Amino acid sequence: MGRKEDNIRKAREIMKQREKIRNIGIAAHIDHGKTTLSDNLIAGAGMMSEEMAGKQLVLDYDEQEQARGITINAANASMVHDYKGDSYLINLIDTPGHVDFGGDVTRAMRAVDGAIVVVCGVEGIMPQTETVIRQALKERVKPVLFINKVDRLINELKVTPEEMQQRFVKVVTGVNKLIARYAPDEFKKEWQVKIEDGTVAFGSAYHNWAISVPFMKKSNISFKDIYEYNQKGDKNAIKELAKKSPIHQVLLDMVIEHLPNPIEAQRYRIPNIWKGDPESPVGKAMLNCDPNGPVAMMVTKIIIDPHAGEVAVGRLFSGKIKKGQELRVVGMPNKNRVQQVAFSVGADRIQVDEIDAGNIVSLVGIKDAVSGSTLTTDPGMEAFEEMKHYSEPVVTVALEAKHMKDLPKLVEVLRSVAKEDPSIQVEINQETGEHLMSGMGELHLEVTIYRIEHEHGVEVKSSPPIVVYRESVEHKGGPFEGKSPNKHNRFYIEVEPLEPEIVDAIHEGTVQSGGKIKDSKALAKQLEELGMKRDEAKNVKAIRGHNMFIDVTKGIQYLHETMELCIQAFEEVYNGGPLASEKLMGVKVKLVDAKLHEDSIHRGPAQVIPAVRNAIYGAMCQAGRILLEPMQKVFINVPQELMGSVTREMQQRRGTIIDIQQEGDMTTVVAKAPVAEMFGFAGAIRSATGGRALWSTENSGFERVPRELQPKIVAQIRTRKGLKPEPYDEAYYAD
Amino acid sequence: MLTFIGLGLYGAEDISIKGLEAIKNADSVYLEFYTSNLMGTTVEEMELIYCKKIKPLSRHEVEVERKFLEEAGDRNVVFLTAGDPMVATTHVDLRTEAMKRGIEVRIIHNASILTVAPGLLGLQAYKFGKTGSIPYAEENFRPTTPYEVLRDNQSMGMHTLFLLDIKEDGRYMNPSEAVVLLLEMGKKLEDETFSENSLVCAVSRAGSDNPGIWCGKASEALRTDFGPPLHCIVVPGKLHFMEEEALQRFMNSTSDRQV
Ligand SMILES: Nc1nc2c(ncn2[C@@H]2O[C@H](COP(=O)(O)OP(=O)(O)OP(=O)(O)O)[C@@H](O)[C@H]2O)c(=O)[nH]1
Ligand SMILES: [Mg+2]
Repeated sequence: MGRKEDNIRKAREIMKQREKIRNIGIAAHIDHGKTTLSDNLIAGAGMMSEEMAGKQLVLDYDEQEQARGITINAANASMVHDYKGDSYLINLIDTPGHVDFGGDVTRAMRAVDGAIVVVCGVEGIMPQTETVIRQALKERVKPVLFINKVDRLINELKVTPEEMQQRFVKVVTGVNKLIARYAPDEFKKEWQVKIEDGTVAFGSAYHNWAISVPFMKKSNISFKDIYEYNQKGDKNAIKELAKKSPIHQVLLDMVIEHLPNPIEAQRYRIPNIWKGDPESPVGKAMLNCDPNGPVAMMVTKIIIDPHAGEVAVGRLFSGKIKKGQELRVVGMPNKNRVQQVAFSVGADRIQVDEIDAGNIVSLVGIKDAVSGSTLTTDPGMEAFEEMKHYSEPVVTVALEAKHMKDLPKLVEVLRSVAKEDPSIQVEINQETGEHLMSGMGELHLEVTIYRIEHEHGVEVKSSPPIVVYRESVEHKGGPFEGKSPNKHNRFYIEVEPLEPEIVDAIHEGTVQSGGKIKDSKALAKQLEELGMKRDEAKNVKAIRGHNMFIDVTKGIQYLHETMELCIQAFEEVYNGGPLASEKLMGVKVKLVDAKLHEDSIHRGPAQVIPAVRNAIYGAMCQAGRILLEPMQKVFINVPQELMGSVTREMQQRRGTIIDIQQEGDMTTVVAKAPVAEMFGFAGAIRSATGGRALWSTENSGFERVPRELQPKIVAQIRTRKGLKPEPYDEAYYAD
Repeated sequence: MLTFIGLGLYGAEDISIKGLEAIKNADSVYLEFYTSNLMGTTVEEMELIYCKKIKPLSRHEVEVERKFLEEAGDRNVVFLTAGDPMVATTHVDLRTEAMKRGIEVRIIHNASILTVAPGLLGLQAYKFGKTGSIPYAEENFRPTTPYEVLRDNQSMGMHTLFLLDIKEDGRYMNPSEAVVLLLEMGKKLEDETFSENSLVCAVSRAGSDNPGIWCGKASEALRTDFGPPLHCIVVPGKLHFMEEEALQRFMNSTSDRQV
C-alpha cells in the first residue's frame, strides 16, 4: 500500500474522533501563495500519489486556473498529520485571492473553524488581506498568521536580519489591529496572534520551509540559521532547510495546537449562523457537534463534476450522513436521496459509507441544493443564516447562442452556472430578449463564458462588458402627487437621500434588506440609534437594496389594504429607476399622504401600482436624479522609472491617484477609477510597462458619475435598453 | 357637446327614446363597456338598431387618453354606458373634466342596478346602506373593505348590495365566488357577522326577461349554479315583515326557472 492509500485509511478512522479534527481555510490577498502553501501541505502530509507529487498545484486543478496561474474555485482537501503522538485529520479549503472570486471566500468561511491568513512578506498587508480577515471573523473563524515569501526578502530585496524582523513585526501588528477591529468582542483579545506563542509562522511556501518560535525551540534552529541558509542561495542549502524545518510540519502543528476542533468551535459559532431555538433537538445537537443528533448540514459550494454531476460540498454540523439516506433541503418540497458520501483530496473524491458531524462533506444526489442550502433530517428545522457577500455584481455581458439550435441548452446551462456560482446573476432583458449575465468583474465573466463554452459545450456570442449603474437622488424632493389611471386615488410621496450611516449598516448586513420585516420594533430601535427620526424609524414598511419605503401617514382609512401594493410599486421603482432603469441606491421613499376611493374595486393593483410608481418617479425628478457608477481601487507595483506610464494610463481612465509609496527602486501606486474605464486594463498596463507591473484591484462601491458626463451615459444606457434616449421629466409623471 | 346616455341593464332596446334621438343627432358615438356591460346584446346589434357606427373604448382610452373629450369641444359626442351613467365614479370625473374645459354636458338617465336589484328582490330601497364591490383577489391585494361595509351596515340593520367584479379578460364573478371571498374576509378579520348560516340574496341577469332571484343560506350559495352573468348579491339586514313576505313570494315565483 502506498503512503497516500495508507493515509486515506487513517483519515477514515479519525473522521469519527471529533477532537482530532480541524477544519481550516487558507485565505489571503491575490498571489500571496495560498495554493502553493496548500499544495505543499497536502504533499507533505502524504496525500498526493507519488506521480502527482512535485507537479505543482493539485488544488488549482481546473484548466483555466492552470492557464491563468490564479485560483478561481475554492477547493478542499483532507490530510492526516501526527502531532504529539496522536493522528489528526485536517480538512482544508484553499480559497481564491482575486476580488472577482471573493464570494467563494465568504462561503468557504462558513465551512471552517480556523484560518491560516497568508501575508506575503514582500508586499505586506494588502486590501484583500483586510477583506479576508474581516470575512473570517464575521463567521467567528479563528485566524493564525503565516508570513510567506521570506526567501524573496532575503534574496531579492536583500534586507538585513534586523529589517526582516521589523517587517514581521509590522505585519503582525497590522493583522492584530484588524483582528481587534473586526473580531467579536469576546475574542478581540484572545485571538490576537503572537510570534512568541506560535500563532505566527514565517517561511517560503515555494521552497517548502517554515519556522515558528515553538518549532525553533523543538528543533534547535535559530533565526540566524534561517537567514544564512537562504543567503547561501544554493539549491542544496534550501533543500536541507526544507528537510530540517518542513513547512507542513510547522504549519500543521500550528493548526492543531492553536485552531479549535469542531466541538469547541461549534459552541460559539452556531448561535452566530443559526437563529433557531438552541434548546430544540437540532439546536442542541449542533451546539455539541453531536453525531447522534438530527442531520444539519450547510452547503457552501456546488461543484459540477464531469462524471457525477452536481456535488454539494459543505459543513456537517450535527448527525451523520449515510449513503442512501434521504435528506430534506429546507424550503424545497421533496426529499433528496444521497447517492454518494465523500471527502476530497484535490479533484479526487474519496467515497465513504458514512460521515460524522464536524467534517467537510461532499454529497452526490442532492439535486435541489444550491450554495447556501440547509440539509437536514428534521422536518421543522430553520434554515441557516444567509452567507452575505459584501460586494455585488458590477459588470454585465449580453449573451447569445452562436447557433440557434443551442438556445434551449443555453438557458439550461446559464441556470446551472448560476447554481454553481452564486456570484453570477442571470436575467433576461425584457425589451431585447437577450440573456444578461452579471458578475463581479471582467475576469469573472471571462472565466464563466469560457466554462459555458468548454465545459458545457455551448458556443456563445457575448457583448463587450458593460457596468451596472445605480440611481439615486441629490437632495429632498416632493411631496409629489401620483394619480391612479382611474383618477380616484392619489398618493403623495417624498424622497431624499437615505442616511449614510443606515446605508452602511445595510451594507454590513447589520440592518437586513429584502423580504418581509420580521421584527419592526427591533428594527425601529436600531434605526433610531443610527440617527433616523423616531416617526420614520417606527414606520419602515420595506427595505430593498440600500433603499427604504416608509409610511408616515396617520389614520388614513383603507390605506392598510393598499400597503402591499405600495410596497410592490416601490420594489418596481427599486428595480428600475426613472433615469436609466437601473437599480436604486441610497434612496428614502416616504409616503406622506394618500386619498383613496371608498370602494376596494377601484383601488386594485392596476390602479395603485402606477399611481405610487409615478409619485416616486416624480418626486425623484424633483430631488435631482443622479447616476452612480461602480468604482475600483487599483494597486500597481512597478519599477520607479515606469511610474510615468502608470499614472498616464490611470489618468486616461478617469482615474485619480490616491497614494504613491516608494520602496527601494519599486513604487506602489494606489489609484481609484470607474470600473467602466478599467476594461482592457490588463493588456494596456502590460504593454505600457513591458509586463513589469504587478497589480491588483479591489471593488470600492458606487460613486456619482461626473455631472457633465451623466446625460451622455444615461442616453447610452437607455438606447441599449431599447428606451428613448431622453428620460421623462417631472410633468410626465404628474398626469 | 358631450351627452352621457345610460343604456339600462340588459339589451340594446333598453335605451330611452330620448337617448335614441341623441344618438341619431350625434357626430360620434363612443361606448364604455369595461365598468359594466350589457349581456343581452353586442356592439354589432346595437349598431344595427341605432343605425350608427359605435366605437368601443378601452379603460386606457377612457381614463388616460380621453381623446373624445377634445372632440366634444366642437362636435356632438355621445358617450354610452351601461346602467345609469352617473353611478360609476369614472363618469363623474369625465363630467367634471368636460365642464372644466367648457364643454356642454347632457345626461340621459336609465335604470341602475342600485334600484333594480332591490326591486327584483322586494326589498325596500331606502333600507340599503353603503354599497360595496367585491374584487377578485390578486397578488398583494386581498382587501377586506367589502366585509367592513357589510359589518357597518348590519350593525344598523341595513341591507348591503354588492356589485361583483368584471375582468377585462372576460371573467365575471358569480355569487358563489363572492360568498367564498366574504367568508375569507370574515376569517381574516376574526368576525362572525357573516357566516355560512347567514342569509344571502342573489340577482342574476337583471333587466332581462328571465332574471334570476335567489335567496338562501351562504352555505347553499356555495353549491348553487346561478347561470349566466351578470350577477350581484344582497346581504339583507333586518327584514321588515313585508320584505320577508315579498322575498319569499318573488323567489318562489322564479325559482322553477332557475338553472
Ligand atoms: N519566491 C517565492 N514565490 C512564491 C512563494 N509562494 C508562492 N510563490 C509564487 O507566487 C505566485 C502565486 O502563488 P499562488 O500559490 O498561486 O498564490 P495564491 O495566493 O494561491 O494566488 P490566488 O489563488 O490567485 O490568489 C506563484 O508564482 C508562486 O510560485 C514563496 O514563498 N516564495
Ligand atoms: Mg490560489
